[in-house]
Amino acid sequence: MTVTNDQGRAPGDPEFSELPLDVEISTEEGRKLVSLLKDDRPHARKLLEVRNLSTHFATREGVVHAVDEVSFELDYGETLGLVGESGCGKSVTALSLTRLVPSPPGEIVAGEIIFDGIDILKLTGNEMRLLRGKKIGFIFQDPMTSLNPTLTIGYQIAESARLHLGLSRRAALDRAAELLSKVGIPKAKDRLADYPHQFSGGMRQRVMIAIALACDPMLLLADEPTTALDVTIQAQILELIRSLSDEFGTAVILITHDLGIAAGMCNRINVMYAGRIVETGRVDDIFESPRMPYAWGLLDSLPRLDEEKGARLRTIEGLPPDLINPGPECRFSPRCHYARDVCRASEPELSPRAEEDHLARCFGTEPGGWIQ
Amino acid sequence: MLGYIIRRVLWIIPVLFFVSVITFVLMRATPSGPFDSFGGGRIAAPGVVAALESKYGLNDPPQIQYVRWVGNLLVGDLGPSYKYRDRTVNDIVGQGIGATVHLGIMAFLLAVLIGIPLGVIAALRHNGVPDYLATFVSMIGIATPSFVLSILLLVFFSVTLGWFPSQSARWWDNPATWVLPTVALAGFPIAQIARYTRASMLEVTRKDYVRTAQSKGLRERTIVSVHMVRNSLIPVVTILGPILAFLITGSFIVETIFGVPGIGRYYIVSIGQRDYGVIMAMTMLFAVAIAVLNLVVDVLYAYIDPRIRYS
Amino acid sequence: MANQTRTLEAPAAAAPRRSASLWGDAFRRLLKNRLAVLGGVIVLGLIFVAIFGPMLAPYEYQSQDLAAVVAAGGPVDPFVGPHFFGTDNLGRDLLSRLMDGARISMTVALVVQTVVLLIGVPVGAAAAWFGGRLDTLLMRITDIVYAFPDLLFIILLSVALRETAVGKAMDGLFVVFVAIGLTAWVGMARLVRGQLLSLKEAEFVEAAKAVGVSDFKIILRHLLPNASGPMIVAITLGIPGAILAEATLAFIGIGANEPRASWGKLVAEGQTYIRAEPHLAIIPALVVAIALISFTFLGDGLRDALDPKLKGKQ
Repeated sequence: MTVTNDQGRAPGDPEFSELPLDVEISTEEGRKLVSLLKDDRPHARKLLEVRNLSTHFATREGVVHAVDEVSFELDYGETLGLVGESGCGKSVTALSLTRLVPSPPGEIVAGEIIFDGIDILKLTGNEMRLLRGKKIGFIFQDPMTSLNPTLTIGYQIAESARLHLGLSRRAALDRAAELLSKVGIPKAKDRLADYPHQFSGGMRQRVMIAIALACDPMLLLADEPTTALDVTIQAQILELIRSLSDEFGTAVILITHDLGIAAGMCNRINVMYAGRIVETGRVDDIFESPRMPYAWGLLDSLPRLDEEKGARLRTIEGLPPDLINPGPECRFSPRCHYARDVCRASEPELSPRAEEDHLARCFGTEPGGWIQ
Repeated sequence: MLGYIIRRVLWIIPVLFFVSVITFVLMRATPSGPFDSFGGGRIAAPGVVAALESKYGLNDPPQIQYVRWVGNLLVGDLGPSYKYRDRTVNDIVGQGIGATVHLGIMAFLLAVLIGIPLGVIAALRHNGVPDYLATFVSMIGIATPSFVLSILLLVFFSVTLGWFPSQSARWWDNPATWVLPTVALAGFPIAQIARYTRASMLEVTRKDYVRTAQSKGLRERTIVSVHMVRNSLIPVVTILGPILAFLITGSFIVETIFGVPGIGRYYIVSIGQRDYGVIMAMTMLFAVAIAVLNLVVDVLYAYIDPRIRYS
Repeated sequence: MANQTRTLEAPAAAAPRRSASLWGDAFRRLLKNRLAVLGGVIVLGLIFVAIFGPMLAPYEYQSQDLAAVVAAGGPVDPFVGPHFFGTDNLGRDLLSRLMDGARISMTVALVVQTVVLLIGVPVGAAAAWFGGRLDTLLMRITDIVYAFPDLLFIILLSVALRETAVGKAMDGLFVVFVAIGLTAWVGMARLVRGQLLSLKEAEFVEAAKAVGVSDFKIILRHLLPNASGPMIVAITLGIPGAILAEATLAFIGIGANEPRASWGKLVAEGQTYIRAEPHLAIIPALVVAIALISFTFLGDGLRDALDPKLKGKQ
């Protein structure tokens, strides 16, 4: 079954150009997807519903449970923060959402990911390509290595527009110039023929943003977009992401280990630890009244201006657990000052706290628990 | 990039100077003069030898001879042959160079047209059957010298199976005779190119920009051809220099075994005949050719890598 | 596509880490590489033959069994009768001559690599250690030597010297050793220089200096041992080149004089009989190929085994 592109053009039409039109649609879900692609309206209750997602990696030392039964939702146009320390599974979660987990060692072993009403785990690899770049954009962490050094940036930005929107080369380059100036690169038209090495780090990240937004996706996944950049540039890039997503109504999942960034950008936050979500809620709730010891530790460890000089930085003692064969206990319990026997015996569920949409995974802070 | 090219061109001069000096010194250091034997064991009378030596200016001081020789080389005069006194080296080279260049180009094309796809496929099917096969074949190709390969090909395909002639009167005019020498000469280059291409592709597979390309929803075919192969070929260009040099020196053996009427074979013959004029001149010819080819490869490399071209 | 939970299988049972020394570790890894082991066994065999050749060979390599030649009406065929690989047209036993060739090739390997070590290592170390103008000078020299096509130089040198006394030394092999060695040291110099340049910034060097250890000792006892891995690999992988160069020279008539039986010479002689008695060319050719491939497999295996990036894996 062939698909016509967004302008209703099919192969043979002179305005037509290369699309993933040779994608064979062989699943039920794939057919649903194709009809969805015809317009930009929301088609479901929520943009993203993730249920019990588990992604594991097979290594020599055993199977690493990088992401373990993670569930969350994302509204159309919402900005969600995925916060946690290195190795907690936030990047793998994002990669899983667009099925880019490197597939020899890694694999999504369980769960559902419903994107705009489509269960994307039921799509074939090929069908998934219809979404990537078109409805889901990705900004990677390191702008220095994420761009192809032998292709002009004009080409790299135009690539997905040509592919997914059926634009001719000319039209796609015009769009690329538009995007480039929207992300704040001066003299955009002239710079289309330049190569990545002719741009600074901050500018390359802007290019990445342009690439991610080229087809006006519904979801933008930003994996630590500013970690590799200078502090002064960080703010600019974040502001850019915010303004563009506001302008186009794009939902954003922002992955970061920096709480300050999350606080400034997000509507809601998921705090992750050891492959699990341990707290989730609106940004104000999380920051004003976190209900999980790990979250306290995180917030507490932020250096503050009003501290006495020379005071030691507060850290959370210990190290994150080994994710191979995690035990039944609460994964944070080894490091938790408030842990009790029940914590070491079994793992708590995410349950609501004061606000209905503020959930935490901790026995101690549950209503009736021992931490107040 | 222009600066780079200029520097590379200038660098050739001391290199060739050095080569010419060494060549000259070594040949002049040979105790027996070129006229000490006329082949067949005949020895010339001293008067004749002296006359010949003075005719060719062999009695002048070495420095003068050197300068004269280099001067001649620079205007393209490769000098006389001491054995065939009615022909100059230029004549001899003119006769044979066609076959040698022809053979070299064919072997080069074969090497590139087989080596690169072989390396790409081996990398894409990493640890699969094609990979092990290609790697194994490469290793054998690299370790097996061209004269072994030539002999084996000759024996199997020519002597035993009779598919290709091993010698014939009008040798190079018959295309059937081109096959075996080309394959023999291309053996090592195919293996080297395949190996480097594979290693380079494997590295490229791990690069972040490949992941970015995937995140755009591009077809695998596009990702491989547009994003990966381009980048992986750039390092491969660096070995083209040594490969071209190999094609030149390898021609000595292959031409000799298969009797190809080229200058490589003639070089070997002149070594056996102690025709020092020819030896010196042809050594310089080959050295210049190799130096120029290396330069071309370096420039090509600078050109295809945008990071160097636009800097 | 997962909507039911599946479990991934771990590829191997999680093994406790064994503590290992660099060499022990490397050796174990090497043994797992079957091609390398095969190569190593063959190499050992060649060395054995090279050392004990004259005692093992069924015939003396230059002796002629004319009776057999007359009986066979020419070179004797292989695999029939006492001459295992047959003989050439002069009745010389091919197997024995191959063994003499092995002797020559192994000697070439040994001598050339010794030259490479004796020249290449000090030059590279000096360039790295002293840096500055000495480094630039030495590097320019190596650039020039590098640019001179190896084979041409070796041919020239051998041709030039073959009539001299030097040329006749050791059955004509001395010149070959020297010529090949003079072109081969450059690679080792570059390697050593590269290795030492990165090593010399390490802290243990500063510590040694602070204690007052002399420069020479630092290089010798501290730096070079750390570079020994790549050096060993380079030496092993350089041997095929040396053997090949010698064989090529012998093939075109330079190098080993009569009656020594360099493999290259055997191939050249065999080529004239290629129609009637192909074994005279094929067998030596195959022997050369096997020897080269063995050293290459061994060298590649050593390189993989000593690769620090693989340390701790497997």
